[in-house]
Amino acid sequence: MSVTTISGLTVRPLNMKAMFKEAGLTALVIFALAVALVGFETTDIPGGIGINTRFDDVAVVVVLGFIGRIALVLLRVHRPGPVLIGAPVMAVAMLGLLLAEPLFGPAVAHTLQPIMPFHDPIVLWGFFIVTVIIAVRAVLSARHIASEETPDAREARMDRIAAKVQHAATFLGPLLLAFAIIFPFLPAANRQLLDIAILVVTYIMLGWGLNIVVGLAGLLDLGYVAFYAVGAYSFALLATHFEVSFWLCLPFAGIMAAFAGVLLGFPVLRLRGDYLAIVTLGFGEMIRVILLNWYEFTGGPDGISGIPRPSFFGLAEFSRSADNAFHTMFGLEYTSLQRIIFLYYLILMLAMVVNVFTMRIRKLPIGRAWEALREDEIACRSLGINPRNTKLTAFGIGAMFAGFAGSFFATRQGFISPESFTFIESAVILAIVVLGGFGSQIGVVVAAILLIGLPEFFRELQQYRMLAFGMAMVIIMLWRPSGLLAHREPTIKLFGRKTAKEAQS
Amino acid sequence: MSTIATARLDDMRTAEVPGGGAPIITVEHLTMRFGGLVAIDDVSFRAASGKISAIIGPNGAGKTTVFNCLTGFYKPTVGRLTLHHPSGDYLLEQLEGYKTSQAAGVARTFQNIRLFPRMTVLENLVVAQHNKLMRASGYTILGLFGAKGYRNAEAQAIELARYWLDRIHLTDKADWEAGNLPYGDQRRLEIARAMCTEPVLLCLDEPAAGLNPRESHELNSLLTYIRDHHKIGVLLIEHDMSVVMHISDHIVVLDYGKKISDGTPEQVRADPAVIRAYLGEPDVEEDESGGAD
Repeated sequence: MSVTTISGLTVRPLNMKAMFKEAGLTALVIFALAVALVGFETTDIPGGIGINTRFDDVAVVVVLGFIGRIALVLLRVHRPGPVLIGAPVMAVAMLGLLLAEPLFGPAVAHTLQPIMPFHDPIVLWGFFIVTVIIAVRAVLSARHIASEETPDAREARMDRIAAKVQHAATFLGPLLLAFAIIFPFLPAANRQLLDIAILVVTYIMLGWGLNIVVGLAGLLDLGYVAFYAVGAYSFALLATHFEVSFWLCLPFAGIMAAFAGVLLGFPVLRLRGDYLAIVTLGFGEMIRVILLNWYEFTGGPDGISGIPRPSFFGLAEFSRSADNAFHTMFGLEYTSLQRIIFLYYLILMLAMVVNVFTMRIRKLPIGRAWEALREDEIACRSLGINPRNTKLTAFGIGAMFAGFAGSFFATRQGFISPESFTFIESAVILAIVVLGGFGSQIGVVVAAILLIGLPEFFRELQQYRMLAFGMAMVIIMLWRPSGLLAHREPTIKLFGRKTAKEAQS
Repeated sequence: MSTIATARLDDMRTAEVPGGGAPIITVEHLTMRFGGLVAIDDVSFRAASGKISAIIGPNGAGKTTVFNCLTGFYKPTVGRLTLHHPSGDYLLEQLEGYKTSQAAGVARTFQNIRLFPRMTVLENLVVAQHNKLMRASGYTILGLFGAKGYRNAEAQAIELARYWLDRIHLTDKADWEAGNLPYGDQRRLEIARAMCTEPVLLCLDEPAAGLNPRESHELNSLLTYIRDHHKIGVLLIEHDMSVVMHISDHIVVLDYGKKISDGTPEQVRADPAVIRAYLGEPDVEEDESGGAD
């Protein structure tokens, strides 16, 4: 067992005993987890609950885990040979099982049915993807590409990619915006697609708003949805009680949310990091519980219904029979899609306001102070920056944008209840920011499409959504803790871009 | 107690600063206790504008605690810290932390460098001019609309940053991330950042720590440049005696939280109390001069 070198790559000695021990241990852990989680399934039977045992599935999972671990160990010591053969064979076999029906016809599929593990093909698809990844790694390892890259080097490489994406964003951004603008008039755009688009853009806006607080100022806020709720309820209550129009309410809802943000900010901003996260989490829940229990004011769990729809800037209504109907004003046929398209443009406009605002404020002293505060609060104090006011502005402005988004949400739904403002919403918005990369505007767009858009398309896979969500977060934390497209572009440069690059290299 | 204190207070107010110059700061009866521990015990001294004053002393003598009191990071238990700003006196012990820099014009650096590592060198220097730029940007509102006044102020801020970049020889690295600079450059950048706040008193906490002799020499010339061309008071804590003895006009020596000596470098060098603190008591059997360096 000596160290040999094949064209510059160290092949470490392979200790068979240790390898099987490691694989056995993995199999044991998987068995312990799977025997309870996979092994028993409760089913509805007439007159109660029955228990199905699925020990065959447990056995399959344990065997796959054992083999997979061996493959990983082999890759680690740069002996990809067996994996190079094994993984593709496994992958093809799994694919064969999965696609038996379309490939070989129902007869073959029927005979294969008994040997097919797991009721749900999704699980097998998951294993298929993992096998393919292992096969690809084996190929890379065999071609000596997968060098022993240090995490730092990988981080630097990813940062260069992110930098390229961000530079591309200067012309990609307007292109995306142009696409977003013509999107409702594309032939493919239907009611369902537009609804998804509205939802995605809403989350993009929330992501950009939270990005100010978390990405720029570095204040981890787990209760962002509270401000979204304050905005939504401000609008709903004003509109239903006093019949104030959407356009008048919008700034007011923003101010109310900003006020809530500043109110929360005062006592908690002396806290840092985890402690701040816990308090904001509590605040988010507090708002929800108040909305739920203050029945006379908020309607409690019944929520508020009959929230008026937005008018066309107060000039026309989107309805078939109103006096000043939108379609008569412009001489169009009435379709219900007109209001949806208007809502889409409304949220797109609001989101773009947030985006332009953030881009501009980053280059202003307050924006730089936010970033400096994120980097080192003590140094900021020594430079005469008032940390409390600076943090409060970040908190207030972030909350204000959430308030705008909230009142949009209320007017779109026509009905709100505390159900819509649970912690999971905060978590999703934060996940968008983290996944996209702290402080990266284009990253938030990509992440919102990935996290909100895709799951909407694959609604039938609903039950695996949170699983995939969690997995994506774990992978991001392992591979790129700063987020997919995290790259910080300087707010000000002494030399042009080119000279700066030359100086750096 | 009160009469004695008043008498000594007056003493301090009228006393000349060793090494000459108009006083910029007067420290009177500064005492700082942490629970039962007395970190600084009744320390009084003055430092002058346009001069470099050094605070030296063995480890744990309370030097950094004095700095933290001066720069608003600690509230002293007892004592008065008067800053003689051209626009009037400030009582530093009554100012809120960040105001010692914002209003009174006291800037500082840290023993363990505290730059904004992921921001560029230039950004570090521009952030230091925050308060000036905030006013110019109409507290952000005018700035959002790209007002001309703000753009001019920003150009001026870059001019000032560039001036200091030239002084610390980092102009060609202006767009680097500060965290990627070599250690010595980071030290100088931190001083430049402090100077960008346009202070009247600059407090440097061990600026020469970890520098090689060449960098240390560069630091000396930077500090004398600041003293001679900007006429501000420089107060520094330092262990490196080649720096202290070369450039200081006035030295205060602390030991166990007490001031044991105060004077020009020559006076302090000859002071038996200082020699005792640094080298210990001479043995009784030995000749008296045996302990001296």
